[in-house]
Amino acid sequence: MIDSAHLPVLQVVVPLVCAPLIVLVRGSRAGWAIAVAASVFFLGASIAILMEVQRAGVISYAIGSWPAPWGIEYRIDAANAFMLVLLGFVAAVVAPYAWASVRVEVPRENHYLFYALYCLALAGLGGITVTGDAFNLFVFLEISSLASYVLIALDRDRRALLAAYQYLILGTIGATFIVIGVGLLYLMTGTLNLADIATRLGDVRQSRPVLAALAFLTVGISLKAALFPLHMWLPGAYAHAPSAVSALLAATATKVSVYVLLRFYFSVFGTTTVFTAMPMGDVLLALSIVAMIVASIAAFFQSDLKRLLAYSSVAQIGYITLGVSFASATGLTGGIVHLFNHGVTKGALFMLAGTIVFRLGSTRLDRMAGLARSMPITCAGIVVGGLGLIGVPGTAGFVSKWYLVLAAIEAGAWGIAFVVVASSMIAVAYVWRFVEVAYFRAPSDETSRLKEGPAALLVPAGILLAASVYFGLVPSLTLGAASGAAEALLAGPR
Amino acid sequence: MTAELAILGALALPLLGAAMIALANRSPNAREAATLATGVALLATVVSLVAPVRSGERPSVTLVEMLPGMPIAFTVEPLGLLFALVASGLWIVNSLYSIGYMRGNAEKHQTRFYVCFAGAIAATMGVAFAANGLTLFLFYEMLTLVTYPLVTHHGTEDAKRGGRVYLGVLLSTSIMFFLFALAITWHAAGTLDFVPGGILSGRLGNAAIGGLLALYMFGIGKAALMPFHRWLPAAMVAPTPVSALLHAVAVVKAGVFTVVKVIVYVFGIDSIRGLSSVDWLPTVAAFTIVAASIVALRSDNLKRRLAYSTVSQLSYVILAAALLTPLSVMGAAMHIAAHAFGKITLFFAAGAIYTAAHKTEVSQLDGIGRRMPWTMGAFAVGAVSMIGLPPTAGFASKWFILSGAYEAGHWVAIATIAASTLLSAGYLLPIVFRAFFRPSADGHGHAHGEAPLPMVVAMVATATATVLMFFFADLPLSLARQLVGG
Repeated sequence: MIDSAHLPVLQVVVPLVCAPLIVLVRGSRAGWAIAVAASVFFLGASIAILMEVQRAGVISYAIGSWPAPWGIEYRIDAANAFMLVLLGFVAAVVAPYAWASVRVEVPRENHYLFYALYCLALAGLGGITVTGDAFNLFVFLEISSLASYVLIALDRDRRALLAAYQYLILGTIGATFIVIGVGLLYLMTGTLNLADIATRLGDVRQSRPVLAALAFLTVGISLKAALFPLHMWLPGAYAHAPSAVSALLAATATKVSVYVLLRFYFSVFGTTTVFTAMPMGDVLLALSIVAMIVASIAAFFQSDLKRLLAYSSVAQIGYITLGVSFASATGLTGGIVHLFNHGVTKGALFMLAGTIVFRLGSTRLDRMAGLARSMPITCAGIVVGGLGLIGVPGTAGFVSKWYLVLAAIEAGAWGIAFVVVASSMIAVAYVWRFVEVAYFRAPSDETSRLKEGPAALLVPAGILLAASVYFGLVPSLTLGAASGAAEALLAGPR
Repeated sequence: MTAELAILGALALPLLGAAMIALANRSPNAREAATLATGVALLATVVSLVAPVRSGERPSVTLVEMLPGMPIAFTVEPLGLLFALVASGLWIVNSLYSIGYMRGNAEKHQTRFYVCFAGAIAATMGVAFAANGLTLFLFYEMLTLVTYPLVTHHGTEDAKRGGRVYLGVLLSTSIMFFLFALAITWHAAGTLDFVPGGILSGRLGNAAIGGLLALYMFGIGKAALMPFHRWLPAAMVAPTPVSALLHAVAVVKAGVFTVVKVIVYVFGIDSIRGLSSVDWLPTVAAFTIVAASIVALRSDNLKRRLAYSTVSQLSYVILAAALLTPLSVMGAAMHIAAHAFGKITLFFAAGAIYTAAHKTEVSQLDGIGRRMPWTMGAFAVGAVSMIGLPPTAGFASKWFILSGAYEAGHWVAIATIAASTLLSAGYLLPIVFRAFFRPSADGHGHAHGEAPLPMVVAMVATATATVLMFFFADLPLSLARQLVGG
């Protein structure tokens, strides 16, 4: 048996090793099986780690037994343990889903590449989450980003190439900003270990280079997280990527970036620097509110379901950063629990959109007339997921919004509390665009011939969807983990 | 059966019924039998709660801890029990009526119709028994969503437009104002439980109480306080049984029920009586009563006239609760029941006229009473109850509201009730007059008789109940008295 003390590193190493293994094996079936195995292992390991963190506190793992701050340290507290579970959960559901979806959306000769890159992306995202080292974080960020550029470009649709290229350019700019920020921190402290940087910042905490580092990191990470107005790459990338990739990225990639932002803000720079010396709270607040409103309106005007969902993601990231901007326990809990809730909900929605692609070959809304007649389960699932985006009580989206509203009221920001609830109405409008097309238009010849999607697609989507309802009715697990994460972050540099 | 089990049963039975109805898709008779059997079982379950509640018990059940300190929980108190009794009792009658209506008009998607109906009743039970604001809100929203397919049943452009207004107004008011009000209440009081005497006393200042009350009153869009009443006439595109049970009983009563519940159990009538910041509510309710009556007077479409009459009558309940005296609050509770019986009778009659004669406008009804004596007779009873004359249920509730207004010395309220009595006589009695005393206009039209038998039976039953409630008002009265702690 594996020694459970090595789980933090195995979590990254297993998918990382699986990727070249798949390339060697080459078969699409074997590749799929390996990717599923890696994802399931990832989920199991992440749950074990979360339980260990909740039992014994922070885990510190020295790679190759080189002690920190000289060696690379993997450091897991309540915050990143929770992120790992989200990652593992989504990956373990999307991987089985990919089999049927990839067959219609990716050219056959590239299937093994798809699964190899899937593992690489998972390894990268996992690495970003567990590492306690700034440069190591950058490396994993590049691994996951490069893997996702290619994953997006693998789609049959030629427009995916352009979308991937756009993402590549903007993603690289973001990475550059991040590496400049990390460089400045290294310049001032002579160390790359995040915890070590935090202690060594001491007197220079508010010096010009450190503040500049904060600014560079904020812009770079916000680009990766698609925080408005740095979201330009996201709609194209999500709309044209293979559906399994859209589901994986929407549910995890931007969320991991937000986690990185939280980590730098609360565990490295500290709240005084971020929110007092620099006006990051106000900046985030303003951008979040604009994102919530403008991106939701943009979603309403899309003519393609996947694009609509993508703009909705930009808006929902606004809710997450809004929670962060309050820098209070309630706000952070709301933001972090929304990371999870929205990840699960949006993952399910992209998977259902992929089911429509599987049958219809398109996600254009005007081709979905009367679709509910021929694909009732898929359409009902999209409505339930849509209710989650609106934040109807009984869905996970309600729980997070409730916390965000409370956080705003606690902060005395009545107007903002009102904006949070009022912006849900725009979500009603964009969700109902789908409802009216799918349920009220007369079926066209094309849609009336379609059959319901295969179980291989519906079951995984259903699992995520069920989770989004379950965590709306019984949120004690997610809320407990999120408030633990918020506490860990608010405790300051560790 | 213990009371706790009965609560869970009342919630689960309609859902179980919905599943059975869906399974019996192929056989309409089995499907309708499932609806009726569920209705009878539900009523029996709710009735079994009457004895314990009247003896002072408050049975309660907690399902899950949804948010810390805010579980999904149910408690049966007098007002909720009254509401549940009315809704579950009328569901049986309405189902009987629906069978006649849906078959008589050869409506499509009947299984979906009955499934959604059962779902709406389940949500109504949840609203009636909710032990705290969060649970109530959960079922309140469920009720909106599950009734949406019923409103848009015909799937036409008109139905879609009506559905958009319905959903838009109800969801936006509830999410923007109601939910916001709940968050503020939680922030101020640290609880959302419904507690006799209220949970807010001494926790908020005068101005804040007034603002919060406004958020609640306009946020509870189902109570149709102007200017958020437009969804109710819009919902009239639905088949008539939907208008009858949902938009005269379950949905709208869930609205005013919530209003009374919030005023009695969140604010507490004694804690906010005399506050200058809550003065506006009786005035707004009075305005709604009069303005909606005037619109009703000017509507030729029968269902639209009845819808505006409902808007007006709902504000009676709001006005009564807003007077903040024990007598008027009793009147509010009584009126929830009284209006339900009277208005469902009127809608039943409107649907019967449509089914038998295909007429929708008041001006087409000349002489119809001679062909449809049972229908128009029931309509006359309903109309008398709406106006508030003895010997009907509407008289009793109006009497309490008037006494409360007199006790409070609220002359605007008294004048409003007097004016609206005249107005409602003005928009309902001419219909009865036309039907029985004007010569029939369309001598050349196709001959028709009474509506199908199940519809007539349903109408006569509710009309009879409207009269019986005047003579045997003991049950609603005792529950209403318990509500104000008398």
